[in-house]
Amino acid sequence: MAAGAASGGSAVTDTYKDARTWLLLPAWLTLTILVAAPVFMMLIYSFLTKEFRGGVIWEFSLAAYDQFFFDRGLFGDDPAKIEWTYILIFWRSIWQAGAATILSLVIGFPTAYFIATRPEKSRPLWVFLITIPYWVNLLIRTVSMKFLLRDQGPLNDFLINIGLIDSPIHIVNTNFAVQLGLFYSYLPFMVLPIYAAVERYNFSLSEAAADLYATKATTLRRILLPAVKPGVIAGCILVFVPSMGSFLAPDLLGGAKNFMIGSLIEEQFKGNAGNWPFGAAASMILMSMVLVLLMFYARQQAKSEKAEG
Amino acid sequence: MATAKSAKFDIKAYRGFKAITLLCLFVLYAPLIVVTIYSFNASASLTNWEGVSFRWYVDVFTGPESGKFKTAALNSFIIAIAAATMATTLATLAATGMVRGGKFKLRSASFGLISLPLMVPEIVTAVATLIFFNAIGFDRGIMTILLAHTAFCVPFAYLPIAARMQGIEDSYEQAAMDLYANKRQAFTKILMPLMMPGIISGFILAFIVSLDDFIITNFVKGAGVETLPTAIFGSVKQGIKPNIMAISTMLLGLSVVMVTISYFVSKADNTK
Repeated sequence: MAAGAASGGSAVTDTYKDARTWLLLPAWLTLTILVAAPVFMMLIYSFLTKEFRGGVIWEFSLAAYDQFFFDRGLFGDDPAKIEWTYILIFWRSIWQAGAATILSLVIGFPTAYFIATRPEKSRPLWVFLITIPYWVNLLIRTVSMKFLLRDQGPLNDFLINIGLIDSPIHIVNTNFAVQLGLFYSYLPFMVLPIYAAVERYNFSLSEAAADLYATKATTLRRILLPAVKPGVIAGCILVFVPSMGSFLAPDLLGGAKNFMIGSLIEEQFKGNAGNWPFGAAASMILMSMVLVLLMFYARQQAKSEKAEG
Repeated sequence: MATAKSAKFDIKAYRGFKAITLLCLFVLYAPLIVVTIYSFNASASLTNWEGVSFRWYVDVFTGPESGKFKTAALNSFIIAIAAATMATTLATLAATGMVRGGKFKLRSASFGLISLPLMVPEIVTAVATLIFFNAIGFDRGIMTILLAHTAFCVPFAYLPIAARMQGIEDSYEQAAMDLYANKRQAFTKILMPLMMPGIISGFILAFIVSLDDFIITNFVKGAGVETLPTAIFGSVKQGIKPNIMAISTMLLGLSVVMVTISYFVSKADNTK
C-alpha cells in the first residue's frame, strides 16, 4: 500500500490519493456547469443584441455597454455624451455600501474586541450569539427591520410615548435605512475576521507599550490596530462586496429614490420589459469591481500569512 | 467597571466596548423579537396592540392565502431537502479528495471553484444561472431552482465538513487498513462516522441557505412557481400584513432551532 505516510498531525493526508479525481469530479462538474459556465455565458450575452420581449438575438453588439456609458439622444444619432444615469447608480451603490461598511466597522470592531478578550470558554457562545441572526432568512430580517422603523412602527411609538419626540421620525425610504439594513445583513462578516485577528494578538505588546507610558488610546492606535489590520481589511471587504450587489435592503428599505445596482439588474430581467444584454453588462461591471477587491484581499491575506511565518 | 483588578486586565479592557457590544446585540435581535411579539397581536391593524392571540397563525393555515402558502412551503421544503442532500454528498466526496488526497497541482484551483458561489455576488450568480438555462433551452420551474440551489449550497456544506476532516487524524483509517479493511470500508465504517458531526452541520447549513434563498430563486423560478421567500416577498410588496409576521416567526424559529442544533452537533467530539 503506497498511501501510508503516517503524518499524524498534518491537516492534509493522502489515504485516498488514488481516488482523488473521482472524489472531486462531481463537485468540479456541478460548479463548472452551474456556476462557472453560466458566468461565461453571461459575458457572451452582454455582447448580444436585445430581443424586445426579453431574451436575446444572437448577433454581436456593443449596444449594452454603449448604453451604460454613453447617451446618444432619443434616436441614437446625436454626438455621444457621457450617460450619467447608470454611473450615478453605481456610485450610489458604492457610497451606500461604503457607509454601511463604516457603520459595521464602528460597531463591529469594539464588539469583536470585547468578545476576543472574554474568557476562552465563553467566546464561542458570544460568537454564536452574533451569528444566529445571520442564519435567519435575509428577507424576513429586512422586513422585520422595516416593520420596526416604520412611521407608525414600534420604535417611533416608543419614542413618542416616552416623550422624546412629538412626531414620528421618517427612517424608512432614506439612505440611512438602507445603510442600517445592509449593516444588519452582513455584520457577522465584519465581526468574525476581526475577532480571529484579535484572538491571535499577543497582549504582551500592549503591556510593553503601557510600561513605556503609552496611553490606552495610543496603544490602541499604534500597537493593536496595525497588528490586527489584516482582520479589519478582511471584514471591510466581506461587508462591502455583498452590500454593493444587494437587492433586498435597498428595495424594501430604500424605496424608489434609493435605487442601487441590484435593483437596476433585477429590472432588466423582470417580465418582458427588460433588456437582457444590458442586465448582463451591468452584472459584468459589478463582478469586475468585486473581483478587483477580492484580488486585493487575497494579496493582503497572503502578505499577512507571510509576515506570520 | 471603574477599577481594574490587575494591570493585565486593565490593558485589555476599553471603556465603552462592552456597551457597544450590548448595543450591537440589541440591534441584531430587536427587529426579530418585535416581529415575534406582534405576530401574536389579536388586532388586524399593525399599530394597535389588542392582546395575545394565535389568530394569525390559524390564518396562515386556514385563511384565504393558506393555499398559496401551503404550496410554497411544500416547494421550499422539497427543494431544500433535495438540494442539501445533493450538496452535502458532493461536498463530502470533495472534502475527502481535498483533505485526504495528498497535495496536488489543482488543489487551490479546486478550492477556488468550490468557493466560487461565495465570491461572486449573489445577484450575478442569479443572472448568470437564468441566462444559462435560457441559452440551453431548459424550461424554468422547480428543477431549475433545485439545480441552482445545489450548486450554490456546495461551499456552505463543504466548509464545516472539510474543517471536521482536518481535525481527524488519519491514524484511524490507517489502523483499520492495518486490520485488513479495504479503503472503501475504512471510509464507510471509520471515517464517515467520525465525520458525522461535520456532515450534519454541513447539511443543516445547506438546508437553511436553500430554504432562505430569495434572489437566485426569484430569477430562476418559472412563472407561477413560488417558494416561501418569493411568496412572502410578493405579499410584502403590497404591505406588511399580520399573517406574514406569523409565517416569518415560524421560519425564524425554524432557522434558530436548526442553527442551534448545528452548533452543538459540530461541537460534539466523537473521536474519543
